[in-house]
Amino acid sequence: MQVKDQNFKPLVVSFCCNWCSYAGADLAGSSRLEYPAEVKIIRIPCSCRVDPLFVLRAFQRGADGVIINGCHPGDCHYTSGNYFTRRRMTLLFSMLDYLGIERERTRLEWVSAAEGARFAKVMNEFVGKLHEMGANKRLGDIRCKE
Amino acid sequence: MLVCWCGSNIAGTVDINTVVEASKREPGVVYATDYQYMCAEGGQAMVRRAIEEHSLTGIVVSACSPRMHETTFRKAAAAAGLNPYMVEIANIREHCSWVHKDKEVGTEKAVVLMRAAIAKLNLNTPLFPGESGVIKRALVIGGGIAGIQTALDIADAGYEVDIVEKSPTIGGTMAQLDKTFPTLDCAACILTPKMVDAAQHDKITLYTYSEVDEVSGFVGNFSVKIRQKARCINSKLCNGCGDCIEKCPAKKAKSEFDEGLANRKAIYVPFAQAVPNVPVIDQTQCLKFKTGKCGLCEKVCLPKAINFEQQDEIIEKEYGVIIAATGFRPLSPERYGEYGYGQLPDVITSLEFERLMNAAGPTGGALLRRSNGEKPKSIVFIQCVGSRAEPDKGKSYCSKICCMYTAKHAMLVRDKYPNIDVSVFYIDVRTPGKNFDEFYRRAVEQYGVNYIKGMVGKIAEEDGRLRVQGSDLIEDTQIFVDADLVVLATAVEAQASARPLGTMLTASMDQNNFFSESHAKLRPVESPTAGIFLSGVCQGPKDIPETVAQAGAAAVKALGILSKDKLIGNPCIAGPDELLCNGCASCEKVCPYGAITYADKEINDHGHRTTRHVAEINEAICQGCGACTVTCPSGAMDLKGFTNRQIMAEVDAICR
Ligand SMILES: Cc1cc2nc3c(=O)[nH]c(=O)nc-3n(C[C@H](O)[C@H](O)[C@H](O)COP(=O)(O)OP(=O)(O)OC[C@H]3O[C@@H](n4cnc5c(N)ncnc54)[C@H](O)[C@@H]3O)c2cc1C
Ligand code: SF4
Ligand code: FES
Repeated sequence: MQVKDQNFKPLVVSFCCNWCSYAGADLAGSSRLEYPAEVKIIRIPCSCRVDPLFVLRAFQRGADGVIINGCHPGDCHYTSGNYFTRRRMTLLFSMLDYLGIERERTRLEWVSAAEGARFAKVMNEFVGKLHEMGANKRLGDIRCKE
Repeated sequence: MLVCWCGSNIAGTVDINTVVEASKREPGVVYATDYQYMCAEGGQAMVRRAIEEHSLTGIVVSACSPRMHETTFRKAAAAAGLNPYMVEIANIREHCSWVHKDKEVGTEKAVVLMRAAIAKLNLNTPLFPGESGVIKRALVIGGGIAGIQTALDIADAGYEVDIVEKSPTIGGTMAQLDKTFPTLDCAACILTPKMVDAAQHDKITLYTYSEVDEVSGFVGNFSVKIRQKARCINSKLCNGCGDCIEKCPAKKAKSEFDEGLANRKAIYVPFAQAVPNVPVIDQTQCLKFKTGKCGLCEKVCLPKAINFEQQDEIIEKEYGVIIAATGFRPLSPERYGEYGYGQLPDVITSLEFERLMNAAGPTGGALLRRSNGEKPKSIVFIQCVGSRAEPDKGKSYCSKICCMYTAKHAMLVRDKYPNIDVSVFYIDVRTPGKNFDEFYRRAVEQYGVNYIKGMVGKIAEEDGRLRVQGSDLIEDTQIFVDADLVVLATAVEAQASARPLGTMLTASMDQNNFFSESHAKLRPVESPTAGIFLSGVCQGPKDIPETVAQAGAAAVKALGILSKDKLIGNPCIAGPDELLCNGCASCEKVCPYGAITYADKEINDHGHRTTRHVAEINEAICQGCGACTVTCPSGAMDLKGFTNRQIMAEVDAICR
């Protein structure tokens, strides 16, 4: 069994669409709901703006987990963006799994602007899981840094 | 680089000085400072001064969420002569200081967020929003009290308004009501003057018996196809004398206006005060259409207004704004077997009850049993039929108006017929409104209405009467109430046509097929789609006072657009690199707004002039979602303000 590194701090990139999830993250903030500081949020107009290349880039640069957050199905500000995201990310995540980036390191979540508590909960769960899994080693050899 | 303390909101968990010092080591940063409240006048003056004194070409503000103050800082930048899109915000309050307690951890994260914002800003380019014109005409879909009020308010402000109403008359549900809570004034007395005002207003055009077929375009420039269904009457010639109706021998059709409680002719006006007062021939009932014989109406019509050959007409018009006001329908209680609605003639809905009590209704206002035409001795009202139900049993929401109109009904019965016993089964009585609880208490205290907290499990016919079996939750017993008439307060349900209309308008709908508002608190009458506004019950259950208030609010928001000559667009839109685009048309398919077309363009490909079939973006239509950018297999499509390189730079900065 792998020995867990107590000091391990996962690096987490969290993409949030501007209309629902980013606002949900703001609400988590104004409600003072704690979640791990390892989560760093990138604001994008819609979840469908997340190019698979961004996810690959994050892992390549050393991310231990990538989570994409969008509006609930049917609620996308642009009506259909999150449906594209859902299909695209299902494919990407299983391909990454095949490449050795475990399925638990990638996640797609629907968080509405009213779900501050849910945002915090999802982040806590996701980072908790990454703590259990430890660092993402698979892409270490092709990373562009030491 | 400018860091805000936000009092102790940020400075409490983030060491401001560390962030400022760290930022000075980032590429491109020439000046960094901090301030107590950056969003205050003093802070903005400082932003302007910093830009001018240090000739800054871009600024990063580490402060609260961009959803709060991005516009504020963009304006400050513009005031100092900087392109407003050369501003980036690092959200170190909502996404950092407020969600972390440890100062070291918070500071570390704030530095990373600041770094990402700087990395992005280094790739920003000045952006210039496009402008588009505004067609100074509004379209209101639905002619109930909501649509009428919105139209009158817009028209009174001096702008043209068209109302498209699917039924032959405007007025909606309110026209069917008898008296209205909480003041008990007669619905027709307060509604019909408004209907006439709308018809006579020189800025309002009514398209009744019409529906919207097609909508395209965008805020300021919608094109709409309206289908005016064939009335078989030339409205310009008809003088409303009614001779045709009198002569028509086909009288078996159910009157929609009377909720099927009375019959109407094949040629009809829904009710005496209908606006416009022009009949309609119901082609499914008319003998001329069914058998080829008859045509009596044509013979008696002096102005020669009858035209059996009339066809649906498509009217194409352009609008700057569209207001949805399609209202609701009461849910049909037939699915609830326990009440026997549809089988037992003396079990009716509240809207049917309104017709029975109405002096202009099928019984001339006499409350009579449907089964034998006799006066009832005892009436039971049942609230929450289909409301506040389990998902498989009905609507999860509270329909909001049923408690009040049931109290109204109970009171009206007791007032007119003091000998009739009245009981009401309720789950809760909800009366939050001005003078509402007083109204309900009058029903109990002054009119002696018997309120029973509990639900009804079964209604059965016994010796010509109805046996209502229910629970009394306060006494904790099963009870039986004998009644001659049972009235079901059925849930408010969205119109069946609401969702297809929402799709046409690209307006989003909620899980119950009501139109979604853009923000539950701050933008309650705006749809998330620019230029589409919401009026009345189509947005969610409401009574008349609330409907009218919302209708006025929708008009004001619509006028905010109509009164502008130009709309400033959002410059963060997509654009193709024509050298990379191979014209595959993948992006066209994913664009939810149809903003992408293809055109042959002359292109300078490294010195060679060639003509290529490439994507073209309509800048006024693109909303900047970015769907096309990810779909493009050649990487030709990019989104201004959120370019591939910018997002990659943020990823890199975070994962450094
Ligand atoms: C039994 C009962 C009693 C009530 N009593 C009271 C009361 O006492 N006091 C009170 O304040 N409120 C009362 N109400 C509530 C009141 O009826 C509503 O608040 C009001 O009618 C809402 O107006 P509206 O214009 O939003 O919708 P509606 O009145 O439903 O009007 C919508 C209009 O849009 C038209 N339409 C629908 N779809 C389309 C389409 N696709 N294209 C074109 N046109 C379309 C419809 O034909 C209709 O004319 C009562 C309701 C019921 C059911
Ligand atoms: S043609 Fe005959 S049936 Fe049809 S509307 Fe005229 S009179 Fe009535
Ligand atoms: S805008 Fe949130 S997923 Fe599209």
